[in-house]
Amino acid sequence: MKKDIILAGVGGQGILTIATILGHAALNRGWQLKQAEVHGMSQRGGDVQSHLRLSDKDIHSDLITMGDADMILSVEPMEALRYLPYLAADGWIITNSKPFVNIPNYPNPEDVYTEISKTTNHLLFDADQIAKDIKATRSMNIVVLGAAIKHLGFSEQEIADSISAIFSRKGEAIVEANLKALKAGIALS
Amino acid sequence: MEKLMLLGDEALAQGALDAGISGFYGYPGTPSTEIIEYVQRSKQAITDKVHRTWSSNEKTAMESALGMSYTGKRAMVTMKHVGLNVAADPFMNSAMTGAHGGLLITVADDPSMHSSQNEQDSRFYGRFAMIPVLEPSNQQECYDMAFYGFELSEKYHIPVMIRLTTRLSHSRSGVVRRNTLPQKPCNKPEDIFQFMLLPAVARKKYKNLINLQERFVEESTQSPFNEYYLDAKDYSKGLITTGLAYNYLREVYGDAPIPYPVLKICQYPLPASKIHELYNKCESLYFFEEGMPIVEEQIKGLGFSGMKPIHGRLDGTLDRDGELNPNKVAKALGLPSKYGKDVPEIVAGRPPALCVGCPHADSYLALNEAIKEYGRGHVFSDIGCYTLGFMPPYNAINSCVDMGASITMAKGAADSGHFPAIAVIGDSTFTHSGMTGLMDCIYDKSNVVIVILDNSTTGMTGGQDYTAFGRLEEICLGLGVEKDHIRTFFPFVKNHEEMIRIYKEEIAYEGVSVIIPRRECVQTLKKKNKREA
Ligand SMILES: Cc1ncc(C[n+]2csc(CCOP(=O)(O)OP(=O)(O)O)c2C)c(N)n1
Ligand code: SF4
Repeated sequence: MKKDIILAGVGGQGILTIATILGHAALNRGWQLKQAEVHGMSQRGGDVQSHLRLSDKDIHSDLITMGDADMILSVEPMEALRYLPYLAADGWIITNSKPFVNIPNYPNPEDVYTEISKTTNHLLFDADQIAKDIKATRSMNIVVLGAAIKHLGFSEQEIADSISAIFSRKGEAIVEANLKALKAGIALS
Repeated sequence: MEKLMLLGDEALAQGALDAGISGFYGYPGTPSTEIIEYVQRSKQAITDKVHRTWSSNEKTAMESALGMSYTGKRAMVTMKHVGLNVAADPFMNSAMTGAHGGLLITVADDPSMHSSQNEQDSRFYGRFAMIPVLEPSNQQECYDMAFYGFELSEKYHIPVMIRLTTRLSHSRSGVVRRNTLPQKPCNKPEDIFQFMLLPAVARKKYKNLINLQERFVEESTQSPFNEYYLDAKDYSKGLITTGLAYNYLREVYGDAPIPYPVLKICQYPLPASKIHELYNKCESLYFFEEGMPIVEEQIKGLGFSGMKPIHGRLDGTLDRDGELNPNKVAKALGLPSKYGKDVPEIVAGRPPALCVGCPHADSYLALNEAIKEYGRGHVFSDIGCYTLGFMPPYNAINSCVDMGASITMAKGAADSGHFPAIAVIGDSTFTHSGMTGLMDCIYDKSNVVIVILDNSTTGMTGGQDYTAFGRLEEICLGLGVEKDHIRTFFPFVKNHEEMIRIYKEEIAYEGVSVIIPRRECVQTLKKKNKREA
């Protein structure tokens, strides 16, 4: 079993937290992991992506081959489209629909949604709004993660365990908010 | 033993810690920064009192590491590729003095220029200095090469270069640790001539370095990190990979065996006999190098007639620039290349930008206003977050070349009568290499305005300390700037008019002025508040 995931977003939106949780859950299974991160200049509000590769066998390349990704998991809708060359024909796009507008020429969001809906498998939802509704505003990224785990073959329990382990030093309240966000995300899938 | 999930940078740092290192020296620079940041967080490093504070620049770091090696202890210096240009003098000469305690020179290259001005390949420097170079292909090798590199360094009393590239530096994977070694005792070199590069001594040392070359080739040939798969099904192609290019090759074939013979090279100088063997067996050679075609060029030379075909970056089989990936490798081998769908046209570029609330923004808006009457083309700048002031809506600066060049380029322009000649430099960049340029200005009484943007941190690389923190005025005064022409202000919308006035007054002054806008970077401020909360 292998899962190649492109995580996408804008610098500062928290995609590395998603990677950490998925990576933790994969390691608990005894899987291998490679995770190419973006550090440096683009973190200043530029587009960022992370290649996350999980497998029960050896993984060679740190980068995902174009046309091979099982999923594009994005916290911003236009950013999801930027990595289409990587997506396999039967791959999934799972993305937040809330635009992050920090450039003057951001396209019309409706056009972005139309492009996303042209792909075979996709899930598009306002994760910012959902996180707000459940009073876990800062867990938007975990809502997005929640929507993805079924398609990645992880159980709620596995991910919840990893969330608890990773956030435990930040206190009970933060763990709870993230677990709530996870559930809300799962409900979307 | 336990398995850690580490970035390539971190794996190397942990390896060096476990191998009994006594000190890391370096100046931040993507993608090398995480090595020392990791050590600064490491409980092991704190308990073992391993040196881990930042140096003023790569040259001072290189020399400090050499000084630690002089005492018999193991040391490492870290930098990004262009940092080695700054450290080139001590670097080249350290190959002549050699090392006493194990000395690793870690240089992280940035092919594709994700966060850099160029994509120079540090292996050229390794070859130039005639020292062994190690180029890990994965995180575990980063860890293991720290042990191996120190041993190699001590065996031949020679500094060893470790060359990393962005994709390995910033990619995370599992690393198995070994038993830790104790630090070395502090003892002087036995040979009193070792570090004395007077010509008479240096000539002997150079002959010695030349004589060592054969031994280095033997070491590479036997190296556990160089792997030779010379038996294969198909000899129409012979493949040579360097560093992490090997992973892409493996990836392309998936579970299937690679049909051609392969040399996986991770230690230099090149194991020449193995390359001869491959050349003799195969009808053509293919080179896959992360970086410049340095091995390809060595083998191909001028491409004499009768030579078998050699493919790589030089003949267009692979792109001449940019980093490799599995798709490029597949295409070069004539394999079907996979591809998803094209990026829709509506997707707009999202370049990095100054953060909302960044103090540099306020400094630039006022500067633009103050020099409006002169038109564009008067502001020489430098490298840091403030380089983003080139972008709209600021369009505030006109140059970015190498660290420190703002001041000296403004000086050269002022010398030829360009007015006003303004330099804009960050506080960390000023510390790194702005002071000597400022002294040149003072010596010549050049008509320049030097703006030192003090956001109290090294912002671009994620917020590191720098050595001149809190002492900028004192330093400028000490170097000879007149007291009345060292001006400071708080860059903030409310102070817009005051800032414009100060800029204008100092532009009008004929001589060296220094203006220091001072307000903390909003990112470091946020981090600090979080820590305190
Ligand atoms: C010789 C060299 N060393 C390191 C770097 C990496 N680097 C680029 S900008 C920068 C620091 C910028 O800090 P500062 O001058 O304080 O400006 P800020 O980013 O905080 O605005 C560093 C370390 C480089 N480009 N060249
Ligand atoms: S990190 Fe700091 S210095 Fe850099 S753009 Fe953001 S606020 Fe400005």
